Amino acid sequence: MSTALSANNRRGELWARLTRVNDPELDEPVTDMGFVERAEVMQNGSVEVDFRLPTYWCSPSFAFLMLDGIRQALDGLSWAPAYTIRLHDHMFADEVNRGIAAGKPFSLIFDELSSDQDIDALRETFRVKAFKRRQEAVLLALRKQGLTDSEILGMDLSSFDAATVGGDEAEAMKSRYREALIERWPGRKGCEPAFVTWDNREIPPDAFGAYLAELRAVRINMEFNGALCRGLKATRYKEMDVVDGEPTLVDFMLDRVPPRNCTGRHVQR
Amino acid sequence: MYKAPDGTEIFVVDGHTHFWDGSPENQRNIHGKQFVDCFYAYHTALSPAEQLWPKEKFEKYTADDLYRDLFIEGPDDVAIVQSTYLKDFYKNGFNTIERNAEMAKLYPDRFIVNGSFDPRDGEKALEYIHFMKETYDVKGVKMYTAEWNGASRGWKLTDPQAYKCFELCEKLGIKNIHVHKGPTIIPLSKDAFDVHDVDYAATDFQNLNWIIEHCGLPRLDDFCWIAVQETNVYGGLAVAMPFIHSRPRYFAEVMAELLFWLGPDKLLFGSDYAIWKPRWLVEKFWAFDLPEDIARERGLELTPEIKEKILGLNAARLYDIDVASRKAALAASPFSVAAE
Repeated sequence: MSTALSANNRRGELWARLTRVNDPELDEPVTDMGFVERAEVMQNGSVEVDFRLPTYWCSPSFAFLMLDGIRQALDGLSWAPAYTIRLHDHMFADEVNRGIAAGKPFSLIFDELSSDQDIDALRETFRVKAFKRRQEAVLLALRKQGLTDSEILGMDLSSFDAATVGGDEAEAMKSRYREALIERWPGRKGCEPAFVTWDNREIPPDAFGAYLAELRAVRINMEFNGALCRGLKATRYKEMDVVDGEPTLVDFMLDRVPPRNCTGRHVQR
Repeated sequence: MYKAPDGTEIFVVDGHTHFWDGSPENQRNIHGKQFVDCFYAYHTALSPAEQLWPKEKFEKYTADDLYRDLFIEGPDDVAIVQSTYLKDFYKNGFNTIERNAEMAKLYPDRFIVNGSFDPRDGEKALEYIHFMKETYDVKGVKMYTAEWNGASRGWKLTDPQAYKCFELCEKLGIKNIHVHKGPTIIPLSKDAFDVHDVDYAATDFQNLNWIIEHCGLPRLDDFCWIAVQETNVYGGLAVAMPFIHSRPRYFAEVMAELLFWLGPDKLLFGSDYAIWKPRWLVEKFWAFDLPEDIARERGLELTPEIKEKILGLNAARLYDIDVASRKAALAASPFSVAAE
């Protein structure tokens, strides 16, 4: 009983940590994106994680950042297990998996594959984008709540914490924005502004429109990737939706319906 | 010809089409398989269900399929067929100028065949540009900066060898340079689809038109910043278009950004056939309006006049297509009668 319980706890802890690993380009948890194919606590307590991206060609530097995030998540597990992380179906899967298996630090594996990209600069770029995207979502949500631009921009952190933004999704984004804010300025006080630019400048209400346009551009880019990645992953791994319970052409193509039922329809096309 | 519901006839130039062979017989290695698989995933992820093709047909379709889908069932008047060689992935190349030109010969007046070259080939690239001009009289080329070539997995428009090639293009009157700047794939060390090299190339080659396919998505903000200050930079809408079906509001936001920054004279329709067929794209685009809040925020309208420019008139200008005489010639063609 207690063994089963602890196995369950460990499993819960593992997934809880994995959900905190973000796709840096999309700023969405890798678990939500469905990139973690399998994460399992073995009998002896060791952990195995299988990871798969939407395409064979996904930017390897992004893959690297996510795998590094997973490694850090696993390093933080309370029972300090041995673990293996495997990247599947990617153009650099062999190199990356060999490197991980040999116990090389990710930065070394990355350097071997790429000598001229600064991974920390890349990380910083994504941090800025995530901050902006989260901030825009919260700003728009507050506007939707009927607050004026001056009220929103005048908020300090305490009143931000007290504000409601409406809806689960908006609330989730609010706490994600708060995290990004605190990560950027640890120890930010309740009396300090809740909304500033990445360079810690205040946003004057008369420049708010232009500032929102800048944030919107960031979101449009990230959403493009998000929509594309989800779609690509779904089709690559055949997670097709069934429309109205009826098989679609894709089902026929993938032999998911008995041939005798579909011959007529297939030919009619 | 697209006939709008009110009877208006709209001249359609499809700026981005392909006649490829991604079949297993032509695949050189796993990369070739994965490349066409990725295209197929685009196709299935963003097409309406009734538009889906079986994988086998998608990998290799016939010239008749292409002709029917573009010009008989589809509304295209002229299609620009782009060349993308990928010789490191495909034995005979994925989509070479030879294959495209051979196909285009069957249907005179319908196609503009664009070439391609790889500046990393050095002197050979220059010879090849001469060859393409003399043999096919190309007016444009497609640049695929993430193409593998031996040990190299990408190049920049600003590479010195590339500049030599563009100088030659300018000299020979190959003035339309289509550059693929799309979703991030392939290169490891540097992102070969980063759009910043467009900024330099467009400034340094003012007599060339730089048509940035896929509008730099997902780097739309970078692209808009560059395009707004360069008069010779255009946006090709391939890959952005199909979002009109799966994410119409998102499509509206992308269009609003492009119209706001680039304006209606610098956007070119492209189906990216065979990833998507033009008919449903054109129909949905013609029926599409910007949501009121987006239109108001940006102070924009997507009027029929603007749509007509995007669907054909802008590309016609770049490729010196005389729309009136082309319309008259096509009206006399038996194929368009058959399509009625």
